[in-house]
Amino acid sequence: MWNQLKKWVKKLTLWELLKGLRVTLKYGASKDITLQYPEEETPRSNRFRGMLALRRYPNGEERCIACKLCEAVCPACAITIESEVRDDGTRRTTRYDIDVFKCINCGLCEEACPVDSIVLTDEMHYALYNRGENIFTKEKLLMIGDLYESKIAEHREIDRGTC
Amino acid sequence: MLDQCFALLWIIGKIICVLVPVIVCVALLTLLERKVIGAMQVRVGPNRNGIAGSLQPICDVLKLLAKELIIPSKASRYLFIIAPVLALAPALAAWAVIPFTNDWVIANVNAGILVVFAMTSLGIYGIIIAGWSSNSKYAFLGALRSVAQVVSYEIAMGFTFVGVLLAAGSMNLREIVLHQSGGIWHWYFLPLFPLFVVYWISAVAETNRAPFDIAEGESEIVAGFHVEYSGIMFGIFFLAEYANMILVSALAALLFMGGWLSPFAGIPYLDHWFSWVPSVLWLVLKMSFFIFLYFWMRATFPRYRYDQIMQLGWKCLIPVALVWIVLVAVAVQMGWIFH
Repeated sequence: MWNQLKKWVKKLTLWELLKGLRVTLKYGASKDITLQYPEEETPRSNRFRGMLALRRYPNGEERCIACKLCEAVCPACAITIESEVRDDGTRRTTRYDIDVFKCINCGLCEEACPVDSIVLTDEMHYALYNRGENIFTKEKLLMIGDLYESKIAEHREIDRGTC
Repeated sequence: MLDQCFALLWIIGKIICVLVPVIVCVALLTLLERKVIGAMQVRVGPNRNGIAGSLQPICDVLKLLAKELIIPSKASRYLFIIAPVLALAPALAAWAVIPFTNDWVIANVNAGILVVFAMTSLGIYGIIIAGWSSNSKYAFLGALRSVAQVVSYEIAMGFTFVGVLLAAGSMNLREIVLHQSGGIWHWYFLPLFPLFVVYWISAVAETNRAPFDIAEGESEIVAGFHVEYSGIMFGIFFLAEYANMILVSALAALLFMGGWLSPFAGIPYLDHWFSWVPSVLWLVLKMSFFIFLYFWMRATFPRYRYDQIMQLGWKCLIPVALVWIVLVAVAVQMGWIFH
């Protein structure tokens, strides 16, 4: 009986509706959380897995020793490597292609690499405009590595010893 | 002859003076709605064009004007073209009898409230013709829903008008407002509070706005009655919808909130301090409140289901309105209130 009465009073005073209106008004007065995208961006982790790159040693020698572990571990079969012995007796790649259409940015290649050669940078703003550009060749990857080296090194430094 | 010409020009001038602000208001409201709803969803809303998005309405209109008008090949061509006009014309025509202040009114007719009621009801023809002539199942469903809804809610709305008529003893909108003169406690929304609530709910339903926008029902029937409309024909439907919203808000202010009367009349000091405010500003403020309420409700409530709308209209609003009319009638007859 009492509950029935309560129910009717609530119904007739539009109680629930007013409660709802209060919530939206509260949120209307609160601060917006929108980020104006091209000008502002959300912060990215130093472990962000973005564009791929090949690194060099500080003396300019490329790190990759063509062990093909990355090629073997790649779940998407995006990496193609060909190698031969260079004049100084070291094994180096002659071809290191990554098809970024196949690549799923899982980062397994980076984990597999014994010499920290193939890495994923935190760069996410890259686009392809022509057919065929999706194959990142060795030169391209090394160039990306050169461009982003300071950032890559910095991000690796933060994570040193944690994994 | 010359006198008649002048009289005609004078009327046309008055019409322009009313309609241009209404149409400008519609443009501003489209922006304001997006801003208000954005704020309530913790977003910003449009902010790229002009300062804080102030040029957005102009951009929208230009875009609509530049777009191609597509007429479906199996549509009933003439009705299809005439439907937006039929939707817009009554929404604008009803402004003829709306008094903005004590003497700012195009036509001070004695049956003003009836004219407004008739005009808001006529607007449905635009929708039904649009829905039928498009020859599209979604448009047709939207039109059917819309008609059923408007027919049901018109009854509840009509009853609330009856309550106001009993209280004021007049159908002239100006006299209804003048009957409420003398401070905020004389306004009809207090003694007629249930009717006021019923009026507002049925007004929202009447204008096919959220949460009663089943005529559009994006999630079920795409865009309802105006699916097939493009370009400025769609824009005219939009214009009609918003003009109707403003009209209904104006009516709410006039019938229940004392129209252009100051809320402070009769209060010793406040009355004096606010005496400089032009009376039309009070009306605009009251209308703004109701329009804000529209946006607020849209940001808050989910859309009603079709059968729930019918249930609310027939089983809740009409009985509530009827009971209160009886009470008001008894009170008036006995001379307890509304002398």
